[in-house]
Amino acid sequence: MAALTKEETEALIQEVLEIYPEQARKDRAKHLAVNDQSLEKSNKCITSNRKSQPGVMTIRGCAYAGSKGVVWGPIKDMIHISHGPVGCGQYSRAGRRNYYVGTTGVNTFGTMNFTSDFQEKDIVFGGDKKLAKIMHEIEELFPLNKGISIQSECPIGLIGDDIEAVAKKANKEINKPVVPVRCEGFRGVSQSLGHHIANDAIRDWVLENRDGDETFATTPYDVAVIGDYNIGGDAWASRTLLEEMGLRVVAQWSGDGTIAEMEKTPKVKLNLIHCYRSMNYIARHMEEKYKIPWIEYNFFGPTKIAESLRKIAALFDETIQAGAERVIAKYQAEYDAVIAKYKPRLQGKRVMLYVGGLRPRHVIGAYEDLGMEVVGTGYEFGHNDDYDRTIKEMGNATLIYDDVTGYEFEEFVKRIKPDLIGSGIKEKYIFQKMGIPFRQMHSWDYSGPYHGYDGFAIFARDMDMTLNNPCWKQVKVPWKTAESSNVAVAANA
Amino acid sequence: MPSVMLKKNAEGKLVFYVPKKDLEEVAESIEFDNHDKWGGEVLLSDGSKYYFEPLDEQPDFPVTLRAKRLD
Repeated sequence: MAALTKEETEALIQEVLEIYPEQARKDRAKHLAVNDQSLEKSNKCITSNRKSQPGVMTIRGCAYAGSKGVVWGPIKDMIHISHGPVGCGQYSRAGRRNYYVGTTGVNTFGTMNFTSDFQEKDIVFGGDKKLAKIMHEIEELFPLNKGISIQSECPIGLIGDDIEAVAKKANKEINKPVVPVRCEGFRGVSQSLGHHIANDAIRDWVLENRDGDETFATTPYDVAVIGDYNIGGDAWASRTLLEEMGLRVVAQWSGDGTIAEMEKTPKVKLNLIHCYRSMNYIARHMEEKYKIPWIEYNFFGPTKIAESLRKIAALFDETIQAGAERVIAKYQAEYDAVIAKYKPRLQGKRVMLYVGGLRPRHVIGAYEDLGMEVVGTGYEFGHNDDYDRTIKEMGNATLIYDDVTGYEFEEFVKRIKPDLIGSGIKEKYIFQKMGIPFRQMHSWDYSGPYHGYDGFAIFARDMDMTLNNPCWKQVKVPWKTAESSNVAVAANA
Repeated sequence: MPSVMLKKNAEGKLVFYVPKKDLEEVAESIEFDNHDKWGGEVLLSDGSKYYFEPLDEQPDFPVTLRAKRLD
């Protein structure tokens, strides 16, 4: 199908909105837009980070998901207590595939679920005593933990427990960082506020721990990788490139990261931000307090990788700049072969995305390297600054949707008929049943890594494997086969 | 009275950031931008105006300051 013109796309939006009652239609209209590259600022065309309408199907998460699931959870040598009833922690346990090295249950705890398992009596009489007891139990059972974080679930805020006091007391008793995080799920409109709260907790309880301690030997090439959650090994694929060009990666935030790395981050020379949405707060704080500059980079697809490596290298001396060129040259044969193999199979295919964080704009380059085109994109919980950065990446007259509802997304897909959709698990089976190839782009559909040159090869293979899978020709509802329609005609006769 | 984080960008221009509003704008002009006096009215590229209490010296950027919204 040929690409839609600007007018057609606008008409499509109007058509989809028609079904809503007036109030909801007015609100949703602000969240859907046709991309116009000439705009400098997204607030001219789209509204974001607003409360979802009651009654529509949104796929957003909560503040607890943003803090425990995204920012704190991957820190492997700390124990993160899901403080409150057992479900929040258990149903989100290990789902994000933040890989790490270590022996789970001994010195790393990433895929385990620790919870205070609130019962009725804890709600009635408060859970502070139980929390204090848990700290000592943890110390006894898991002595190699390097710290504890308390991730509040909704009831903690509702009953007004003083987790800060418990944390301070426990910190003195066990002599390890104990971080209370006020990330109750009801705060904010999406997981985005959870990221912010988690960043603020790191700022207040972790970053200052080594202020004035100069025993850590620094080099002029120290950097920290911030906002890479090592999904399927992403951070490792990124880290090797940075190290090959001569930089020293002091800290990984927070995929495969440790509390010690976080405490050392104020000593680095440059912060590299991959997921801007979830970690820009702490980068801005470090810039102000420790005068550490930060830049955003993008390690999806060879074009963007080369661009990013050169951008990073430009902030260092000639050895690093030569290093960047060396790295790009070294992998060129490898990624040229990937493109030569998969581009002919994927050329001209059209993709619609709907994910969170950085991916709605970052992966566009990787698709373009494979000759594919992204015709629609949107953020679950993006803010205006995300859309500012997206407008230039997307083609003119393409669709942009913020916090899209289940209904809207389905209708857009029916009309635009993309060849591939990249979104989350809640959308996956709907679209697969509609006969459209689908990749779950939150945790790379149980594959990965997708970052770096190594990741690009896997990305290309996965897209080809999904798109050109012969099974899509078999997806047909039984009453629509030639044979059954003959039967129906015969029955009617 | 929003808290505003101010920093200089690569071109040496002042960048204005208000976290709660996701407002990230380049400042077009500043009323007082000297070594011994800094602040006053700031005009942003989107047309909005803010006011900073004038300071006796140029602050060390990046820095967070309180501003008043004028319009």
